Amino acid sequence: MSNKRKELIVSAIENGTVIDHIPAESVFQVIRILGLDKTDKQVYFGINLESKKFGTKGIIKISEKYFENVEVNKIALVAPSATMIEIRDFEVVSKNNVKIPETIEKIVKCFNPNCITNHEQVETKFRVFYDENNDLKLACRYCEKNTSRANVVFL
Amino acid sequence: MKNRSLVSINDFTKEEIIKILDLAESFEKNPRQNILNGKVIASLFFEPSTRTRLSFESAVQQLGGSIIGFASAATSSVQKGETLKDTILTVSNYSDLIVMRHHVDGSARYASEVASVPIINAGDGANQHPTQCLLDLYSIRKTQGTLDNLDIAFVGDLKYGRTVHSLTIALTMFNTRFHLVSPPELKLPSAVKRHIKEANLQYEQYTDFMDVMPKCDIIYMTRIQRERFPDPLDYEKVKNAYILQNQMLTGSKDKLKVLHPLPRVNEITTDVDSNPKAYYFEQALNGVYVRQALVASILGLA
Ligand SMILES: [Zn+2]
Repeated sequence: MSNKRKELIVSAIENGTVIDHIPAESVFQVIRILGLDKTDKQVYFGINLESKKFGTKGIIKISEKYFENVEVNKIALVAPSATMIEIRDFEVVSKNNVKIPETIEKIVKCFNPNCITNHEQVETKFRVFYDENNDLKLACRYCEKNTSRANVVFL
Repeated sequence: MKNRSLVSINDFTKEEIIKILDLAESFEKNPRQNILNGKVIASLFFEPSTRTRLSFESAVQQLGGSIIGFASAATSSVQKGETLKDTILTVSNYSDLIVMRHHVDGSARYASEVASVPIINAGDGANQHPTQCLLDLYSIRKTQGTLDNLDIAFVGDLKYGRTVHSLTIALTMFNTRFHLVSPPELKLPSAVKRHIKEANLQYEQYTDFMDVMPKCDIIYMTRIQRERFPDPLDYEKVKNAYILQNQMLTGSKDKLKVLHPLPRVNEITTDVDSNPKAYYFEQALNGVYVRQALVASILGLA
């Protein structure tokens, strides 16, 4: 297959954002976290695409939309390998790897069932830290309990 | 700490803690002053706790302040389904400071974000009970003359005991050597031990209570509850191993004091009460002075 044919698997966009190198299984979570299921812009996505680095990958392209870093970093929890590519007039303007933010707000549920965020309409707030085994943990601002990556549930 | 809420002991530095303890000492010398005259303190006990509530209310009234509030959710609008937010916003209009106890973890932090007056957390579920922690620190300092470099034993249920977790974390600021005595099922959680390690301090874990007896300056007792054991047989095996009896104190240090957050059930036998090493009732009284110090300094009156 020529390179040209491969490009066509997911259409090129004139202006907007390409999120590349998403783990294939996280594409739908990324769509939800960025609110792309509710947008009026054109959104294309591909899953289980060939990737030299990861075997398979997912990709999302959003027309006429650019993201702030804070927004982008929200997806780092599910897609730490993702790259954010800004396209203007079919050209790549910038390319950035996502970074896990120091705080995570609103998008993750606290795993503690007796936490106030699971009892009243309170937006969740977590501080991100790494434990002695270097595993990512989210410390709840309210109940002070730690949610581990394995227990992360997105709201 | 004028206008600052007291939600979690973890919000406070060593210097701030010492400042509160010093102020509590001055209230112990002079507990009846009229400095809260004209001030209204709300006492909202969504979850009943007679002991803590009376301690707060006595602290406020001895300083001439007045109290409004409720002693249980059953006698408040909460029972009609009012949200915590609405209750706090309403009561903020009627008071200068809110003392609250609630069964939900994190409720105090949330209340401090919505309230227009400062909040003192008198216990939020299994999370924090900072005034208990401060009165424990006060009691340790008063009986030992210092908080630094002490050998402190925690005995009983170290897994679920909120007071043990908070006090352990607070004591990591004071170069404590920790002696942790519990059945294997009720060891201190690793999240709390991490704080000890991060402070480069030592802890030792024991299953035999008598092993720590000659080493300690403080024995902090807690109750082992039957419902913590899925298998009742496991409870039967350990239930008598962590009960403190008077004769066990023979051979302990002269300056040793026995602390307990109260209420006690059977984990300290009554023959210990008359031993000068028993300190749990004075410990409770110290709570009044610590709470006076907190209310007065938050209202900017001390
Ligand atoms: Zn929480």
